[in-house]
Amino acid sequence: MRETVIKTEKLTKRFGDFVAVNEISFEVFKGEIFGFLGANGAGKTTAMRMLCGLSVPSSGVASIAGFDVYKQTETIKKNIGYMSQKFSLYEDLTILENIRFFGGIYGLSDEQIKSKGEELISQLGLQKEAKKLVASLPLGWKQKLSFSVAVLHQPKIVFLDEPTGGVDPVTRRQFWDLIYNAADKGVTIFVTTHYMDEAEYCNRISIMVDGKIEALDSPANLKQQFKVDSMDEVFYQLARGAKRGD
Amino acid sequence: MKQFITFVRKEFAHVFRDRKTLFILFGMPVMQILIFGFALTNEVKNSKIVIVDQARDLASQQIITKIEASRYFEIEKMVMSGKEIEAAFREGKIKLVVIFPSNFNETLLHQNKGQIQVIADATDPNTANMLTNYVSSIIQDYQKSLDITQSVPYVIVPEVRMLYNPQLKGAHNFVPGVMALVLMLVCVMMTAISIVKEKETGTMEILLVSPFKPVLVILSKAVPYLFLSLVNVVSILLLSVFVLDLPINGSILLLFVESTLFIITCLTLGIFISIKTSSQQVAMLISLMGMLLPTMLFSGFMFPIENMPIPLQVISNAVPAKWFYIIVKSIMIKGLGFSAIWKETLILAGITLFLFAVSLKNFKIRLA
Repeated sequence: MRETVIKTEKLTKRFGDFVAVNEISFEVFKGEIFGFLGANGAGKTTAMRMLCGLSVPSSGVASIAGFDVYKQTETIKKNIGYMSQKFSLYEDLTILENIRFFGGIYGLSDEQIKSKGEELISQLGLQKEAKKLVASLPLGWKQKLSFSVAVLHQPKIVFLDEPTGGVDPVTRRQFWDLIYNAADKGVTIFVTTHYMDEAEYCNRISIMVDGKIEALDSPANLKQQFKVDSMDEVFYQLARGAKRGD
Repeated sequence: MKQFITFVRKEFAHVFRDRKTLFILFGMPVMQILIFGFALTNEVKNSKIVIVDQARDLASQQIITKIEASRYFEIEKMVMSGKEIEAAFREGKIKLVVIFPSNFNETLLHQNKGQIQVIADATDPNTANMLTNYVSSIIQDYQKSLDITQSVPYVIVPEVRMLYNPQLKGAHNFVPGVMALVLMLVCVMMTAISIVKEKETGTMEILLVSPFKPVLVILSKAVPYLFLSLVNVVSILLLSVFVLDLPINGSILLLFVESTLFIITCLTLGIFISIKTSSQQVAMLISLMGMLLPTMLFSGFMFPIENMPIPLQVISNAVPAKWFYIIVKSIMIKGLGFSAIWKETLILAGITLFLFAVSLKNFKIRLA
């Protein structure tokens, strides 16, 4: 039996009359790459925010790395990493300063920050740029750096909210190499994306439509289930029925 | 604590890397001190004055009646001891004292020469100048009316004394004003912008997901600006002492304690604005229009508050800069101690606490 790191049961978020997330239940296992798909406005981001402890659920149960999202948000925060769709390092700081800062607020010791920082920089091949401002890097590199910083404190789970938006296909491929690398080390990856080729890279995916999870399985099984050849068509068949748009 | 220091260090890096911010931070106070060298003049109405009539004779009564009838003055009290006069000045209640010596009428009639002492609170030199001029012209007017019936002219000499600021230096007035203005601008605008910037770029989200406590995010944002503002206070004081030849008459320590309090007030205001807004432009606009303008208008350093319509006077009480201006003026120029300004200090502290409580409440709502 594999270890469960994310577990939700009928997790719901209401904003007044509007039900943004409607009774979603799923499990994610350790070391898994879990794709969290859905059209714009389907409720992905809201669901993710609840899992990260940024937003309190209206009802339902959820635990992250064994901790309750209602009561143990502080412990959860220590065990997760997060990367948002906006680029979110400090552009006016250097690469090293960003690493030092984020390592620092996650409570890493100076030695840890130094060794992990060096490892990260050599892994990304950024030795020459380490003392340059982040603003001077191309977007693809920024995104890779952003991911590496998000896993710097060795979280159990990493939440990636559309991490590859606006990035070229080659860099996206490299970005996914980083994700696989992290997953091999036992980090669970929870990723939202709009790119269906990326969905294929995931171990399992869920597709949200109008606040509900309409499908959840491995990409191969989903294609079989919907009798189509590509994830594109699976997604299209499900999302076509959506009533909510942007 | 180590996390906190990491964060504060990062904030300093932001400030020192941004040349424009640095220029605003340190260039502005110098510019303003130099620019505000020319103070504005305004008419003063209904100033409260005290009259000491040791003569109680015909001439003194006639002059007092004339003063009373003028729209510039309102007689607060008659006949006071020297001690009472001093106390009234220190409280800032009265602007001017007119003293008639005993035997005023007699000397005037027999020696054709009378003396009247006029003492003005010259912390605000323009007002003091105007008020003494008004009094002098009233006296001259009376003198002329006597001349009609007399062949030998009577001469009444008003002996004018400017209290606290004998040379009538305009700097006395605007240095505390510039201090309030600069601190307001630096603290409110800079803090508001630096917090809103994190919201805008998306780093705020990352910070909120991290185990770093949200309240600490806000606090560590404020620390660098507290520090930089104190540097500004020092530079303004150095400029005023060495460039404008304006001595600090009161306790420097007290001045710094009060400045720190005012800086904290401004920082909380900045934090409050940043919680309510989500873009840097809006934050800047609110800080400029919403803070700077009232500070200029209602602190009393450009336009005398006594001269405003009552509703505006009431509004001015809500402007923190007004109280800070009074405090700095009292310490720097009048050389008064804490006992003279505890009321203003208490009001400032009250405003700060109120703003802090409101900010904290709103911040929690946003996170839920």
